Amino acid sequence: MSARRIFVPGDAAALSVGAEAVAQAVAQAIADGAVDATLVRTGSRGLFWLEPLVEIDTPEGRLGFGPVGPADVPGILAEGARHPRCVGLVEDIPYLANQQRLTFARCGVVDPASLADYEAHGGLAGLRRALAMGPGDIVAEVTESGLRGRGGAGFPTGVKWRTVADAPAARKYIVCNADEGDSGTFADRMLMEGDPFLLIEGMIIAGLAVGAETGFVYLRSEYPHAHRRLSAAVETARAAGLLGGDVLGSGRAFDMEIRLGAGAYICGEETSLLESLEGRRGEVRAKPPLPAIEGLFGRPTVVNNVLSLAAVPTILAEGAAFYRDYGTGRSRGTMPIQLAGNVARGGLIERAFGLSLREIVEEYGGGTLTGRPVRAVQVGGPLGAYWPVDRLDTAFDYEAFAARGGMIGHGGVVVFDDSVDMLRQARFALEFCAIESCGKCTPCRLGSTRGVETLDRVIRGERPGEAIDLVRDLCEVMRDGSLCALGGLTPMPVLSALDHFPEDFATAPAAAPEPERTLS
Amino acid sequence: MTASLNPDYGTPARPGEATVQLEIDGMAVRVPEGTSVMRAAALAGVKVPKLCATDTLEAFGSCRLCLVEIEGKRGTPASCTTSVEPGMKVATQTDRLAKLRRGVMELYISDHPLDCLTCSANGDCELQDMAGAVGLREVRYGFDGANHLEAEKDESNPYFTFDPSKCIVCSRCVRACEEQQGTFALTIDGRGFASHVAAGMDEDFLGSECVSCGACVAACPTATLMEKSVVEQGQPEREVATTCAYCGVGCSFVAELQGDRVVRMTPHKDGKANHGHSCVKGRFAWGYATHPERVTKPMVRASIHEPWREVSWEEAIGHVASEFTRIQARHGRGAVGGITSSRCTNEETYLVQKLVRAAFGNNNTDTCARVCHSPTGYGLKTAFGTSAGTQDFDSVMESDVIVVIGANPTDAHPVFASQMKRRLRQGAKLIVIDPRRIDLVRTPHVKAAHHLQLRPGTNVALVNALAHVVVSEGLMDEAFVAERCDQEDLAVWREFILRPENAPEETEAVTGVPAESVRAAARLYAGGGRAAIYYGLGVTEHSQGTTMVMGMANLAMATGNLGEPGVGINPLRGQNNVQGSCDMGSFPHELPGYRHVSDDATRALFEAAWGVELDPEPGLRIPNMLDAAIDGSFKGLYVQGEDIAQSDPNTKHVTAALEAMECVVVQDLFLNETASYAHVFLPGASFLEKDGTFTNAERRINRVRRAIKPLAGMADWEVTVALSNALGYPMHYDHPSEIMDEIARLTPTFAGVSYDRLDRVGSVQWPCNDAAPEGTPVMHVGGFARGKGKLMITAYVPTEERTGPRFPLLLTTGRILTQYNVGAQSRRTENPVWHAEDVLDIHAHDAENRGIRDGDRVALISRTGETALRARISDRVQPGVVYTTFHHPESGANVVTTEHSDWATNCPEYKVTAVEVRQTNRWSDWQAEHDVFRRATTKVGKVEAAE
Repeated sequence: MSARRIFVPGDAAALSVGAEAVAQAVAQAIADGAVDATLVRTGSRGLFWLEPLVEIDTPEGRLGFGPVGPADVPGILAEGARHPRCVGLVEDIPYLANQQRLTFARCGVVDPASLADYEAHGGLAGLRRALAMGPGDIVAEVTESGLRGRGGAGFPTGVKWRTVADAPAARKYIVCNADEGDSGTFADRMLMEGDPFLLIEGMIIAGLAVGAETGFVYLRSEYPHAHRRLSAAVETARAAGLLGGDVLGSGRAFDMEIRLGAGAYICGEETSLLESLEGRRGEVRAKPPLPAIEGLFGRPTVVNNVLSLAAVPTILAEGAAFYRDYGTGRSRGTMPIQLAGNVARGGLIERAFGLSLREIVEEYGGGTLTGRPVRAVQVGGPLGAYWPVDRLDTAFDYEAFAARGGMIGHGGVVVFDDSVDMLRQARFALEFCAIESCGKCTPCRLGSTRGVETLDRVIRGERPGEAIDLVRDLCEVMRDGSLCALGGLTPMPVLSALDHFPEDFATAPAAAPEPERTLS
Repeated sequence: MTASLNPDYGTPARPGEATVQLEIDGMAVRVPEGTSVMRAAALAGVKVPKLCATDTLEAFGSCRLCLVEIEGKRGTPASCTTSVEPGMKVATQTDRLAKLRRGVMELYISDHPLDCLTCSANGDCELQDMAGAVGLREVRYGFDGANHLEAEKDESNPYFTFDPSKCIVCSRCVRACEEQQGTFALTIDGRGFASHVAAGMDEDFLGSECVSCGACVAACPTATLMEKSVVEQGQPEREVATTCAYCGVGCSFVAELQGDRVVRMTPHKDGKANHGHSCVKGRFAWGYATHPERVTKPMVRASIHEPWREVSWEEAIGHVASEFTRIQARHGRGAVGGITSSRCTNEETYLVQKLVRAAFGNNNTDTCARVCHSPTGYGLKTAFGTSAGTQDFDSVMESDVIVVIGANPTDAHPVFASQMKRRLRQGAKLIVIDPRRIDLVRTPHVKAAHHLQLRPGTNVALVNALAHVVVSEGLMDEAFVAERCDQEDLAVWREFILRPENAPEETEAVTGVPAESVRAAARLYAGGGRAAIYYGLGVTEHSQGTTMVMGMANLAMATGNLGEPGVGINPLRGQNNVQGSCDMGSFPHELPGYRHVSDDATRALFEAAWGVELDPEPGLRIPNMLDAAIDGSFKGLYVQGEDIAQSDPNTKHVTAALEAMECVVVQDLFLNETASYAHVFLPGASFLEKDGTFTNAERRINRVRRAIKPLAGMADWEVTVALSNALGYPMHYDHPSEIMDEIARLTPTFAGVSYDRLDRVGSVQWPCNDAAPEGTPVMHVGGFARGKGKLMITAYVPTEERTGPRFPLLLTTGRILTQYNVGAQSRRTENPVWHAEDVLDIHAHDAENRGIRDGDRVALISRTGETALRARISDRVQPGVVYTTFHHPESGANVVTTEHSDWATNCPEYKVTAVEVRQTNRWSDWQAEHDVFRRATTKVGKVEAAE
């Protein structure tokens, strides 16, 4: 095997812009003897405007080229750093150099199919340490790290683990929520495609901590590449004795299965997810009982997001204090922020909490792709608040966002330029809720549809003042009355649009409205 | 369902001693731990608005009307899903809550028809009530938006309608189908605004898996699921709590009436046997009570070939008295007898046997238990000392292993089956021992760990093999048998059961059940925790029925599965009062309480009370009466509420015997098959028309209460009293409670039973006396009724009914959910929509060999007789076995069954008949003759119009 390696991402985002053809061109060049190298398929670095990003080993580090088309490959191989597509050493690209990659440290670097590569890059250190600790100490370590749920709710992970650990039961479960459904988010997918062993390691540690021997990954069915990668990794881990009846020879047991999701946004809500995992219709369960007490098949269950579980190996390997030193206030550690929408440089930004939204949008993102002024930024998925430009100085931190009527959610940031119509965005939030509602609770089941209809009255200019008052009342019923966060948070984008962009609601168009999509 | 006898506390009660004190709207409330805030409020008299909650179902939390504020808790939690906590301070009415609730109601009503005045639920609609409770005054969304108002009504079910335009998607019906019934026929299809209730795969109700138990209808808070009787008649205005007259589960019901007319029957939540659940028969199939074919005038005829002549009660009773007097004078005191009914009340049954013993002066009384559960009485009395099942139904909720032998609970005991399925869904393991693949073997969320599909007639070999494994593999509960069982018997039994012929490897050739399956099942039964056996007529109706009952008792004793909740030997009784009819002394050898007539002390007790001398010799059993009739020594029979011409085996023999009698008196609701041979017909009263008690399969004595007046003017007990008086043995009772008082005085196990107590506590399980004033749910705790348990030798003896070249197949018989026994009641309802005729299930292999296709008419021929019915190819039966039901008289299932019977009790061997099946294009001779005969013998003479 040649010492020189050429890296082409196999990540779905890279594939969507032609990475497969690029990889084939590289393979062809190697086969033709044009270059003496080995092709390695990696995950993505998360610098999406550069995808497909090809990297070539050099003594100085990995030299990057992007975005690369298959036709560029012979030239790149021939010209190296002189090629116009060359972006210099990847690690020096400011977008990446200015990050604090803990969870994503290996993503885009290692071969996700290779357990050895994972270990060579520091993998399994956390698990090895955990195996030497008592379950209580593992929970304590996670608690002290300040890690909070990265799925959106921000609940302290250690407290959840403590509840499950203390619940008396013959059988407990670890469930990983990989039903990443928020618009503009992709961190879970990237991680599972680019560094799947990290998630496996995190799940094993969670199992050790709470006394669970079985884990399930509930993976959204729209992620076929992640499914293949993760499934292969689970097989590899099992063959290597990482999973199974005797984890790394410790005598402790942990194994896991991957289950494909049922294709509904609501199945990302933890109780619906459990229902779906049990083979039922994805419908929200009332809480209490908490899943930590009565979860999957009625047993105590840790339900954690991919990013929460993937943060755990670092915490165990480096210690709680190391992780805790990142961040601000009660938001500790790093957050993989996903920047998308109308933005010049979309991608993954892992940073300690505390940077401002403006920094994310302007410095990392470089403003809008269209070049027009930014008008609104939605953070936290389709149920997150819309932020006006004059509030972009808000620090990216659970409490700071909550204090201003927003949430960081799963870390998705979607940018809109000044062509956005916030009335339609508010309508979209309700329509999204109407489409994705499980139909169990009344405020969400009926309220979302009535909300769309009422905003249509505003659009049509039928006594818009009364209609807006009704929407505000409805938002109160949905927020306080809904069974789960889908109905409960839908008012957030609606009210933030109403509050921050009242001008879009004030002008009732005299002309006929454009035809509306009807709800099915 | 809003009957005042069925109050709704919103969420189920939580059992337990520990209580929690909290404050609701400033009131101090103390409730059991785990109680919901909603229920705690309801118990304190505070009504929290609610729609999706009802106390027969677990809290769901979807309607969002029951939100409350709790001091120190964020937001507005739902009171149905929030459990009480010590010191909690709850506010159920605040401005914030009022606004929220009104907002929720505004959404509901924006998608609901506004036809309250003409709606069938008007006056009984929770949505209407809630709109009022929250003060909804306007719907600002208007009514032009998306809605479900045009959704099509489904009227396919004969008993209820489904109108989705009125549905509020509370899921109560879906949850009732899952949690209460366990059929999973309903679901919510679609999501969000499109969410809707769907039966099966969005089929109509009739075509779906729905079993019409009515749980969904009872649970529905609106007019979406509504009884057609209410749609047609309107809301009921009064209620009577009573007990169902179908199977041995003994469900409590509330008869809801308008005046003297029943509008609907709803399950009573206080019912200890059914806990508010029901099946299609009890819930809906009560229309027979007022069916046009009800006979409401006494009738007499000199010969069965004459038309009936309607007469007065006086004339009919007088005629019977004079005939029986004449017969006894001419043919002797023993020439007459009486058959008591397992359909009638304890009090009525008691009176009939009293009539026979005191007025007829002999012991010629028997009951239909003869042909169903007589081996149970004999076997369990021998083993434990009591002729009854050992547990209450609720015991099943503590079982870890459930064994179902020769029973088909989902069809024959559906309400108990639902409870059993609930336990199985919780994780209890199931072993089914049955020649057929009954539904329980594989039903939604239930799968038998083992189905031992034995050949009919080989029960005893199989139970011995199970016991052999238990003993030989060291799985016995040695401590239990050492303490609780007779040691001499134990030693003998141990030696017997260890014999090589009882090893599963040996019995495999006989039973057809692989040895390994038997071993695995035995290990599970013995080692799987608390194990309970439930069995039915597939155990008793065999030539070794009694042996099998003893074999099961042996197995339970050997494994220590007796004397605590979750275990035991539990007969599933066929008829509503088969336990009671046996308890009441319906047998020729036993006085009430299973005391032998030869026992001087017992006889002296009854002689003193009744003021007559009693015959110390046992009388005739039903088969003996029939044989004696053919011999010419038995001439007069009083049959109350039983149809021996249809239900007893070898129909031709039965009818020949009846034809040989001089005075056959039938007391029934309808001109049944036996009535064709009767000389006097006394109209019976249905369960709705009288007071009394029924005793169910778990020894529970339930009150039957008169809801409407007797259609023929007299309740059955009054008729027996009149008959006795006419025969010169006066009886004085003003009310059935006085009969029960007499029973209690004379029967130690009933000593504590009285109508006062029953009205106070709802029901009791006998023994109920000073030792157990509130009754006895579980028997043999700490010791057996007879002292030490008796292990019996149960050698397998094959039945004489053998297959051979002429009769190569084995016929076994059973029941179906929607029909009941001989069908006299259930056929006179809408139920035939599900089961219009009896069919013969035959395996494809046997069918193909005979060129039989699905739906073909086939002749079913045995050594005894021949009949014809339609064939259905089915893999529920194994090759070599055919199966049918006997709900329709014209099927003549008992024309082919034989006179083989249980060695101890004469219980007929209905379950094994060697037969041949072949294609035919005609009905059998018997069927053709029967048709002509029925028409000739059921004619009622024209009476001059009395105008």
